[in-house]
Order: sequence, then structure tokens, then C-alpha cells
Amino acid sequence: MQDSPTIDLTAIRDGIASGALGAERTCAAMLDAADRHNPLLNAYHETFREHAIAAARKVDEDARAGRPLPPLAGVPIAVKDNVATRLGRTTCSSRMLESYRSPFDATAVERLVAAGAIVVGKTNLDEFAMGSSGEHCKWGPVRNPWDPTRVPGGSSAGSAAAVAAGLCAAAIGSDTGGSIRQPASFTGIVGLKPTYGRISRWGLVAFGSSLDQIGPMTRSVRDAALLLDAMSGVDEHDSTTADLPPTALAATVERPLEGLRVGIPRQYVSDANDPEVNAAVQAAADAYRAMGATIVDADLPLTDVGISTYYVIAPAEASSNLARYDGIRYGHRAQLKPGEDLFTLYARSRSEGFGPEVQRRIMLGTYMLSSGYYDAYYKRALQVRRRIKEEFDRAFASCDVLLGPTAPTPAFGFGANADPLAMYLCDVYTVNTNIAGICGISLPAGTAVRDGKRLPVGIQLQANAFEEERLFRAARMLERALAPVNAAHAPVVRA
Amino acid sequence: MSNEQSSGSLTAAQVAHVAKLARLEVPAGRVEEYRTQLAAVLKHIAKLDAVDIAGAEPMAHPFESFNRLADDVPVDGLPIEDVLRNAPAVEGRFLAVPKVLAEGD
Repeated sequence: MQDSPTIDLTAIRDGIASGALGAERTCAAMLDAADRHNPLLNAYHETFREHAIAAARKVDEDARAGRPLPPLAGVPIAVKDNVATRLGRTTCSSRMLESYRSPFDATAVERLVAAGAIVVGKTNLDEFAMGSSGEHCKWGPVRNPWDPTRVPGGSSAGSAAAVAAGLCAAAIGSDTGGSIRQPASFTGIVGLKPTYGRISRWGLVAFGSSLDQIGPMTRSVRDAALLLDAMSGVDEHDSTTADLPPTALAATVERPLEGLRVGIPRQYVSDANDPEVNAAVQAAADAYRAMGATIVDADLPLTDVGISTYYVIAPAEASSNLARYDGIRYGHRAQLKPGEDLFTLYARSRSEGFGPEVQRRIMLGTYMLSSGYYDAYYKRALQVRRRIKEEFDRAFASCDVLLGPTAPTPAFGFGANADPLAMYLCDVYTVNTNIAGICGISLPAGTAVRDGKRLPVGIQLQANAFEEERLFRAARMLERALAPVNAAHAPVVRA
Repeated sequence: MSNEQSSGSLTAAQVAHVAKLARLEVPAGRVEEYRTQLAAVLKHIAKLDAVDIAGAEPMAHPFESFNRLADDVPVDGLPIEDVLRNAPAVEGRFLAVPKVLAEGD
């Protein structure tokens, strides 16, 4: 390892391939750490020791025999529990799917496994990926490894906590409005929301179908590149995947960009942010300037209406997608009393199976799609969505990447955003990436001290649709420049 | 603005109606809580009214989507036993459900 903050997936992969690290030993060490720390962190819902050790043993045998190894041979990966795996259960951290066993693997998982990765466990999330804290999980709240009295962010809470604490080499999450990037920012790791259509959504339990993307959560930018390379590319099972080959970012990520133009939207540096967040953005801008990049002003006046747009589109799509949970074919079924009808079976199964936040969003979406309200809410939001996309296109005409905060604050305490609307506003800098379908990555950029504890602060880079190569090279430049700052501190709970 | 005023746009009857449309059983004691929370979100969403949308084509999807046709080659579906494994109630190779039609229908 040269300058990445901790040993990352790439280093583990290289160590396994060279024989310096055994795959079995690495896997066992991470699972031991999971056993030790999971009672506190609650990152994993389930781990697969027997399966993982057997798969790792096979990698060690292949390595000893000199057989060629696939690119991710033996690396232990955690999977968010709204991504289908034949292994174990796929619960979405919901009572609704408490005992659901997927009959197939998600394409993203299938591709990671084909590349040699070993799935070591399923991680907890805000139920059905609806939340920004990791508190709304049927299996209890997930805790932040930097300060267990605070949330890890959400909804990919368990994946973030597991990566930050070293309970896996990397993880996959899903991002509908910031669910990869915000927890990455709260736990000091790298999180990517790829361009819509980069990674197949086949096997990702649908929430907001025009917004959802699977993405990597890792300890370095190069790891995120490797995982995107393995998972991306057109998929016959998802007609919304872009008709493009898999990315090959690992080959270019180390190459700095010449003449890079970094835009800072004036709406992103706000008094509403904590001072350390604005300082991190400033420090990143200074680092870019020192590397010869040009900093330009950008203007995204619709930043502020992103949350309003999102909370029409996402609940509308969710109310439609979640209509499939009716207690008939799979999922929770309520017990009826004699004489109760089919309608009662549907309604009671759903109200027993879904938690309050999920029910709130289903009602919100149902209301906005109902007769007489559709034009005022849904259609209008789709028109504002067009304006947001146009605004990004204008901004990217004069810069290559946009720099700003991932979240307005570092990790907050449990219950601090108990009011649903206050929780929604945490995602002000991330939702528009999904609304426009572009790509964004969160990187660790220093720390802030709260109640005597060090907490990570994240910054976000965004690039236009399918510009991941540029995004990653720009991100790697910054990661290299910020390495001394990020190496100074580590989570208190870690392997 | 008081809660009373800010949630004035949504009535308890509307919450109950929406719950029925959404196939949710909301106990009477929870209606007011949902009404207040949903009304606060709707009030925030009203920010959309200030955006100039004249001539903006609604954007339902990030990219222009089109029908992608697969080759007309039959492929096997999932094995029935794998699918039925998740069913809450089964009779033989079928899903068991409560009576759908009332007597005499």
C-alpha cells in the first residue's frame, strides 16, 4: 500500500494472488472480526462462514497450483440485503421479507462471484432502502464504527459500517437518493452512485425504478473502479441497462487528468452546512488548484428543490413497486379471523409487514398519483426533473466535474432527525444526481470533532452521465492529495 | 405556522381514503399522526410551484427509453419448487388463498 488510508481490496487481492495473504486466512480474519464487532455495530444481518471458507480454500488451492485467478479471486464482499442472493435470505431489513429466500442471484452479485469475489454476508439497511440513518431497520439500528452513539447514515448502513470497520474487503450498496454516498461520507469510506443504466438492477429489490442504482462501497477509489469494472455492462435481464460494455477504469484510474476543470456550485457552499463541511470542500479545491486544475464557479439554482422533486418521484414509484407485496405469492401473510375478506388480507399483511416509514412513503406516493392530484404533483415533478437535468448539462458545459459536500453535516446521533422531513433534508446534495441520472462519488476528506469524538467528513464529486472515467481519475487525484489528512484518524471500532 | 394550518391541506378522511387505495390498515389512533407528517411533506413539496416549467417535457426516466427486443428463443423459467418455497401457503403445486368470491357469486 502506498497512500490509501488502510489496506484496501486491491491490496488484499494482490496479496492473495501472490500467496503473501491466504484467502482462507483473510476471510476467516474478517469473519472473526464480524463475530466480535457485530453485536455492537449490527452491520450484518447474516454471515456465511461455511460457504466463504470453502470458497476461499478453493482459491488458495488454485493459487498454490499456479492456476490462473480471476480478477477478484478470494476477496470477501458484503452485500446489502435488498440485493438478491441465493445464499441466505434477502429481507430488505423488513418483516415483510423476513424469511424470503431468493431463487436467483442479482446480476451484480453473479458478476462479482464470476470475478472470484466471495460473498461473506448480507448487511442491514433502512427498511426497503427508505432512510438516511440506518435506524429504520427491522433488525435494530446500525451503529457508526467511529462513534457507536451515532448513526452510520443510510440506507446502505450495514455495508458502510462493515467496510469502515474492516469486517469485509468491500461491499455493495444501492443508491436511490444518496443511500451509498451519504453513509460513505458518515463512515469515512468511498461510495459510488454510478450513472443510471451502468449496472443492472436485475435482483435489486425495486424502490424507485428510475432512480435506483447498485454501486460499490470501498476503502479506496481504485477498489471502487475494480468493482464497477466487474459489475457494469449491458444485461439482457434489465432493459434499462445502457448498451455499453463493462467499464475498464482500473486501467486508467491512476492517471491524473491534464487541464481538469472543477466546478463549485455556489449553492453547495452554504451557511446551512457545518463549518468543517465547507472547509473540506475548500481544502479539496485548494488541493486541485495545487495540482494544476482550474476551479470555476457553477450555478445550480434548483439544488434547493431537489428534495421536493425527489419526494414526489420516489414515493410515487415506490407505491407502485411495493404494490406487489400482497401476502399472496411471497412475503408476510396476516392471519385472518373467520369471515374476513381478501381486502383485509392484503391490507393487514401490508400493515403488519411494512414499518411506519415505508407505509408513510406508500401513502404519499398513492396520494400524489391519485385521481385529481397526478398533474399537480407527479407530472409537475417530472417537468422540474427535466429542468434539473438541463441545469446539470449547462454546468458541465464549463467544467468536467462538480465538487461539493456529500452531506451538510457529519454523522448525527440516534433520534436526532426523528421528524421525517428533517431526515429527508439530509440528502439535499445527493438526490439530484439520481434525479438527473448522472454519476457521483463520495470521498473521505478529513474529520470534525463532535462531543470529543472524531467523525469523518465526506466530499462529493459528480460528473455527467457515463463520464465515470473522468470522475474516477479526478477522484483518485484528490484521494492522493488528501491521503495524509485521512490517514491521521481511524474508526474506534475496527478489525 | 401552526400544525393546524400547515396540515390544513390534508384531512383525516383523505388519509383514510389513501390508506384504503394503498391497501394499508391504518388504525384510527394513527390517522392524525400520519396526517400531520404527510401534510408537512406536502407543504415542502409545494416548493415545486415556484419553478418555471413552461414547455418542459416531463422526464419519467433519465434517458430516452425504447423497447429493446430479445431474440424469440424460449428459456426456462424458475423451477416451481424454488418459487413456491417463498409462498406463505401452498396446496400441491398451487398458491393457497382465502376464498375470493362470496357464496352465490
